Formats: sequence, structure tokens, C-alpha cells
Amino acid sequence: MKENPKLKVTLLTGRTIEQGVGKEHGKASEEYVESVSVCYLDPEDLKRLGITENANILVSTEHGTVVVKALKSLRAPHPSIIFIPYGPWANVVADPETHSIGMPSFKGIPAEIESARNKPVLSLKELLKTQFGKD
Amino acid sequence: MTIVKAVTCPVCGSLCDDIELTVEDGKIIKVKNGCALCESKFLGIYSKHRVLKPMVRKKGKLVEVSLKEAICHAAEILANANYPVLYGWSSTNCEAIRVGLELAEEIGGVIDNTSVVCHGPSVLSIQEVGIPSCTLGQIRHRADLIIYWGCDPWSAHPRHIERYTAFSDGRFERSEWKGYFSKVKALLARKKIESTMRRLFLKEKTTTPPRIKRGPPSTIFKEGRKLIVIDVRRTKSAEMADYFIQVEPNKDYELLHAFRALIRDEEIEVDTVVGVPVEYLEEIADLMLRCEFGALFFGLGLTMSSGKLKNIDAALSLVRDLNMRTKFVIMPMRGHFNVTGANIVSTWQTGYPYAVDFSLGYPQYNPGETSVVDILLRKESDAALVIASDPVANFPKSAVEHLVENPLITIGPHFDPTAQMADVVFPSAFVGIEADGTAYRMDHVPLPLKKVVEPPHGVLPDEEILRTILSEVRKTKKAKIKAKAEVQ
Repeated sequence: MKENPKLKVTLLTGRTIEQGVGKEHGKASEEYVESVSVCYLDPEDLKRLGITENANILVSTEHGTVVVKALKSLRAPHPSIIFIPYGPWANVVADPETHSIGMPSFKGIPAEIESARNKPVLSLKELLKTQFGKD
Repeated sequence: MTIVKAVTCPVCGSLCDDIELTVEDGKIIKVKNGCALCESKFLGIYSKHRVLKPMVRKKGKLVEVSLKEAICHAAEILANANYPVLYGWSSTNCEAIRVGLELAEEIGGVIDNTSVVCHGPSVLSIQEVGIPSCTLGQIRHRADLIIYWGCDPWSAHPRHIERYTAFSDGRFERSEWKGYFSKVKALLARKKIESTMRRLFLKEKTTTPPRIKRGPPSTIFKEGRKLIVIDVRRTKSAEMADYFIQVEPNKDYELLHAFRALIRDEEIEVDTVVGVPVEYLEEIADLMLRCEFGALFFGLGLTMSSGKLKNIDAALSLVRDLNMRTKFVIMPMRGHFNVTGANIVSTWQTGYPYAVDFSLGYPQYNPGETSVVDILLRKESDAALVIASDPVANFPKSAVEHLVENPLITIGPHFDPTAQMADVVFPSAFVGIEADGTAYRMDHVPLPLKKVVEPPHGVLPDEEILRTILSEVRKTKKAKIKAKAEVQ
């Protein structure tokens, strides 16, 4: 079987207006979950992975792996830079290193992405349960 | 139906105070003047995901209990903890933060606010370098050059540009809104022509525009206010800008120092700095020097990227250098509506703006040691109280693991991931909608928050919940001392 192509990228996390609106609706709301369980990719990177928009991808860093939905970035071109809005999904792969000043490294994290056709994006409840064993 | 005018919006650090709310039968039905975030906050208070009853975890499940039972449970946890952390505070009023500090002192805990994961590095650099700043009103009326570095106000502070900078009509500077509008119209027309040509003639792909055009953009000679955006992505704010510089991730520090060299008239002996042609940087440096009143706003693109506080150090130093030649100010784009207030109240109560440790009976401050993420990563805390914040959704996984392992108390209106993981949950009123108080805008101007509607029955404001917990903690501690004395 042909292996999925993997891409080395830089992960940024940050705010989007959809995330901001979603969080005010409540974090259990569909709006919030849909706004933060996604990853914005450059259209060229989508092609390189051999996937189309809305396909699931696996994002891996030194700190963890998470499945999110790939979206075509409207802010392209930014090849090899991926963007996940702040939230529980981004924090699975974020770098906790604080460099002794209290601030974790939420931006510019080396990561790898690949297609995850058969893996589902977990719901908020499932994600919290698998990460922290509580519900 | 009543219309409540001049309401302060409790969402972001811009604290827009011109919101008009229509209230009918004690319910907000319409929001005027607000942005998308503002509207969803004022109307989101009726969300089905709200907590309305106090809850305590029993046999692994959260069950509704009376307020008294929840208070006793929380007081027990806090009074028995050796090294509890009290975290959040940025989305509540200054009055509640003041009680929180009293509670932290009483229980010998660590009190930290969300600035530790947003502008904490900025605070550290400001303490080292100093900050030439002013109020947003000054910028609105006088600034003729606005720079947003590592921030996207269109997404995070949607009305910032319209109210305080490039698109605001000041006394001495005009709004650039019309110019932007014609630019967008021209761009749309060009896109239409291009797609028609493509459809008519060839199925040829249009080439993606080069990342940075060589040389200065034509708008450099335009009159009036100029807007520059420097970021790693071409954000929506970048599209509004007269000039946009796309910097490589984690390379802001180099670019800041390149600007510092250029404005001191030093030669840069390379063709490009972090992918940006030096000639282009020279034009921008020249623009910085030629402006009459410049304002640099910076966001988490600088504080969270490699270098962190050193990036801010470089930005503050750049503005200090610029002030040798012209007038320039700098301001962090504060996120939560009262994160500035959390720093201010903490400073006037303890001497330190965040990460304050009371475990020795007096305030100690050493971010990296007394900051909440580090305490959690070192697995030192043994209980936590989280208020008006959601660290389970916003801290890195390894920090959250320790937070949820130990007794956790939350106070807040939403049933967010932190509340879902908690052992005691207190529902609270929305500050600025169902409870009044004071909040500080990002330029350190205090503004009153209004109580517009009544909170749901039995739901109390943060300040009252904290006061009740504090008095119960004192009672518990007193009883423990008495019991100990009797044994002896």
C-alpha cells in the first residue's frame, strides 16, 4: 500500500473571528467546536498531501498528535505554514516550553502533517476524555 | 422596550463604550454598534450551554447541589491545600480581582492572571525597558502612521481600526475608510476581469502574486494616515493595510533590529532580511522617521514566538530610538476585556502585575517559577480555583494534566472544558451585562461596566461568590485551629 505523503511544516496557533464568536456561544456549542477543530493550509500544501478541503489530517509535533479538519487558507500564500485556532485541539500539539518566563510556545512550532482519511476528528467530550480521562 | 445607551462591551481590550442595547421584558433582544464578538456575547448569555446551578463532583459525576454545599466544599479544598493556584481574572471586574487577591493571601496560594499566556513577556520587557505610550484617544486624533505587528485586529479586536486608528475620524487626522473602500472595489473589479478572461480564453492558471514585491508599493506617496501590518500571514488586517510585510515565523527579532539599524542611518550589508528586501525596509524606516505621530501596536505574534520577551524588548527599543527623531508610541493589544485591570489591581495590591506567590505570607514574583503554567508543569500545586477563564482549553496539554488531577474549583457563566473537568462549579453572572463594576481598557483607562439585565435566579456575581468563599475559608481555618488547640 502506498504510504501517505508527510509534510514538514511550521504550526501557528492564534485567534480567528469564528473562534471568538463561537466561544461566546459557549464552548460546548457547535459554532465553537467547528471553529477550533480545524487547520488552515496553503492550497499548495493540500495538493502535496493529495487531499481536498474538508478532509481530515493528522498533525504531529513532539508534544502530541491530533486529527483536525483541513481547510483551504484564505490567507495564502503561506507554504509550509499551518494555522490552528486557539482551543483544545491546538493545545494537544502546542509546545509547553516556557523558557523560564511563564509563557508556553504557541507559535512557530515544528510539526508534521499527513492525510488521516480513516481517522475521525474527536468531539470535545471525546477529546477531553482521551486527553485527561475525565468527563 | 427600553434602549440602554453607552454600554461598555465586555469582550476585548478595546472596551468600546458606545454599544446600544434594546431590552424587552428583561431580555436583551438587539445589539447596536457592536462587532460580531460583541453581538454574540450580549446575545450568547441566553445560550443553552450556560451553568445555572452550583455543582459538585460526586462518584466521578458532577451533580447539582445547593450554593451552601458548594461553598463549604470549595472552602474545604482551599483551606486544606498547601500550594493552591488561583487563576483567570481577566474577564471579570476589578472589584472581584481585589477579593481574589485577599483570598490568595489568606490561603497562601499563587494568584496568576491570563496575561501570563498573552502579554506576560510584554510586562517583563516593559519592566526592563520602559514604555512610551499614551491613550487611544491621542492616537485617534493625532497618529498619522499606524503599525500593527504580530496581531490581527480584524479578528481579535474588530473595531480597533475603526474606533482608534486608521479608519477613525480624529481632530487632526482623517479616516482612511474611503481610500480602503475604493481599493477593495478596484481589487474586486480586477479579479472579475481576470476570471472572465480566464473563462473566455484559456483555462490557464493565474499565477500567485509574489510574496513581497520588490521595491516600495505605490501607496508610499499617499496623503493622510498610513497603515502598516507586519505578520507571518496575510491576515484580513494585512489586506486593509497600505503596506504589508510578511515575516518568516520566529524571525521578528531580526526584522526589529534591522529597523533599529536603519533608523540610526546604519548600512545593512545584505540584500534581504528574513526574506524582505532591504530597499523595501529602508522605505518603511524612512516613513517611520518622517511621520509626525507614529503608533506601534503589537500582539501575541511577538510574545509567543521565539525570543518572546526579547522581541518586545527590541520593539520597545525601536520606539525609544524613534523618539530621538520623531514622536512614536507603542501599545500591547490586550486580549480579554479586563486583563489590563487584572495587572493593575494586582500591582496596587501586591506590587506585582501577575504570577504572585503568597506561600511565604508575603508577595513574591518570579515568572518562570511562580507562573501558573510552570507550577503545573512541575506538578507542584495541590488545588486550583479558576475564575473567568478556561485553561483546560487554552493551556498546553501537559500543564492541564496536572490541573485536572487535583481538586479544581471553577467560577464562570459557561459550562466550558474547565468546568467540565472541575470538582466544584459555581455559575456566575456575566460581568458587564448582569453585574456592574470597573474594567481597564488596553491603554489603562478605567471604564464603568453596566448591569443591563438581571442574572438568572440564584446566580451571583463573581465578587459575591468570592467573598462568601473567603469568609467560609476563614471560618474553616479558625475551626481547624480551635480543634488543634483542643487536642493539645
